[in-house]
Amino acid sequence: MSERPVIHLRDVTREYRVTEEVVVHALRGVSLRIDQGDYVAVMGSSGSGKSTLMHILGCLDSPTAGRYELDGVDVRDIPEDDLADLRNRKIGFVFQAFNLVPRTTALANVELPLTYAGVPRATRRARAAAALRTVGMGERLHHQPSELSGGQQQRVAVARALVTNPPLILADEPTGNLDSHSTAEVLDVFERLHNAGRTIVLITHEEDVAARAQRTIRLADGLVLSDTAQQAFAA
Amino acid sequence: MSAREIFRIALGGVAANKLRSGLTILGMTIGVSAVIILVAVGNGSRNEVQASINSLGSNVLLVQRAFGGDVTFTQRDADALADEFNAPDVKRVSPVVNATGTTFLAGQESYEPSSVVGTVPAYAQTRSYELQSGAMFTAEDVSRHRRVVVLGPTVVQSLFSGADPVGESVRINGTSFQVVGVTASKGSNGTQDQDDVALAPVTAVQDAITGYASGLSSITVEARSGDVLDAAQAEVTSILTTRKQSADSFQVINQSSIREVATASTDVFTTLLGAVAAISMLVGGIGVMNIMLVSVTERTREIGIRKAIGARRADILAQFLTEAVVISAFGGVTGVVVGIVGSQFEIAGVEPAIAAYSVALAFGASVLSGLFFGTYPAGRAARMRPIEALRFE
Ligand SMILES: Nc1ncnc2c1ncn2[C@@H]1O[C@H](COP(=O)(O)OP(=O)(O)O)[C@@H](O)[C@H]1O
Ligand SMILES: [Mg+2]
Repeated sequence: MSERPVIHLRDVTREYRVTEEVVVHALRGVSLRIDQGDYVAVMGSSGSGKSTLMHILGCLDSPTAGRYELDGVDVRDIPEDDLADLRNRKIGFVFQAFNLVPRTTALANVELPLTYAGVPRATRRARAAAALRTVGMGERLHHQPSELSGGQQQRVAVARALVTNPPLILADEPTGNLDSHSTAEVLDVFERLHNAGRTIVLITHEEDVAARAQRTIRLADGLVLSDTAQQAFAA
Repeated sequence: MSAREIFRIALGGVAANKLRSGLTILGMTIGVSAVIILVAVGNGSRNEVQASINSLGSNVLLVQRAFGGDVTFTQRDADALADEFNAPDVKRVSPVVNATGTTFLAGQESYEPSSVVGTVPAYAQTRSYELQSGAMFTAEDVSRHRRVVVLGPTVVQSLFSGADPVGESVRINGTSFQVVGVTASKGSNGTQDQDDVALAPVTAVQDAITGYASGLSSITVEARSGDVLDAAQAEVTSILTTRKQSADSFQVINQSSIREVATASTDVFTTLLGAVAAISMLVGGIGVMNIMLVSVTERTREIGIRKAIGARRADILAQFLTEAVVISAFGGVTGVVVGIVGSQFEIAGVEPAIAAYSVALAFGASVLSGLFFGTYPAGRAARMRPIEALRFE
């Protein structure tokens, strides 16, 4: 843990007010630092607050209390449209449910973040195709999501997450819906991204997936239970 | 994002759901074409009413003896009305002698036309009679008292079984008249068969049939245009009042008053049709809104994805608004095509006449309704918070 933290959470809580009386405390006070180039796995049982944490890290949601600094800037002070730009430039998302835009080709899906960034069409196409080749989908540029297997869809989603060259990649159970072969393929892509210096936060509840990361943060009931460097790395 | 990118994304959205887009476009098409066709039908029926009024002759004034008035019109009165200085708005003056009730004979056939008119050649122009065969008699025929006659098709049918009678002669009141022309069919003007006529030089008719004592039956006056019809009426009235030293022994009947009543009623008809059509456009517009609302709801996750990867609110708003406008404008274009094609056919006995304003109006309204009815769903999509949109099932 050196340098400047990419992610710095201080005592972050998130409450969902379901009804007047019922309040769910999804995060009860989470503090953590994630540095440039870290490969972090977040583990925890279902309902422990993993997804909530990732949404906050990705500026899709905001904390009820506490401070979140991304690259040294408190995100609470950023207006919504600038947050959209920030997500576009700094963060790449991979979701458990793939979340590709339906009835739109793999290439067009991967182009989308570049479109919103205002990159000209020709450059966009070239970069999207390159990103798809990186994840081994160079042969499937013009397939629609419905014509792709789960593992292939998730690789398209990974290509979309990395096409803008974001410093931070957030993945919420990216292998949760995949068989072991596809899981290995996607994890290989992450490993290469990690080796290339990207910061990766990967949520999972599978031990062997977490074992590929440098560091494991365990959540339970909205609190950080443990934060350990991986045995393999520690040893 | 550039307008081109937004347009591309919106087109993708329209194309991604062809059936739904198609049905919405259909709704819009029906609305737009209904406006165009119904207004064309209204317009067409108005044209027909006007044409039948015009077939009486356009911009015509009729000078007659008032009921109970004792006045005799002469050729001199007719000449006075043709005076360019006193009556600058008068274009043509035709003296008319009615010889109704005379029997025509041709060989073994005899016939009594419902209208036998002694007049001058200008009368044919004023009353819009065209000739289908032969020619109208000339001013020289009038001045030389030549016994020539132009017959209407109904008369020709009765006397000559429809064969071309030009060059033949008919006996009228025992005097032989040479047939020089046959008028083209004008049909009925609603009250009388305008083809059941015979036209002859006024001088010949007075020589051979009516005599000179009773003078002219009436004088038909044509104004220079519809706009100066009232002015012409005033001039005619003033000249005759002076000449006859009496204002109530004669009357000047103005044809535009008849036309106004008829036009007003067809205008009401057109307006009613237009209103019905406008309602169908409104329904089409609500269809667009409905589809866009469904589309926004169904694509909530997509909106969430787009926002997660960097779409601003304005990008989402522009995308959905453009989709709505593309759909409605496309419906507008097909509606204009269907409307124009549909207006080529006779509908309910009326020949539709497309009104340019209805095409522009219907197309403009379709685009505007896309904008108007797309705004609410697009705004809803844009305002959605990314995380809520992503979680949406
Ligand atoms: N939108 C929401 N409204 C109410 N409660 C929610 C909402 N999202 C998550 N929760 C609750 O917050 C807790 C943490 O949820 P989540 O972060 O999705 O957990 P995980 O991803 O670890 O399974 C759960 O108890 C869940 O029921
Ligand atoms: Mg989760």
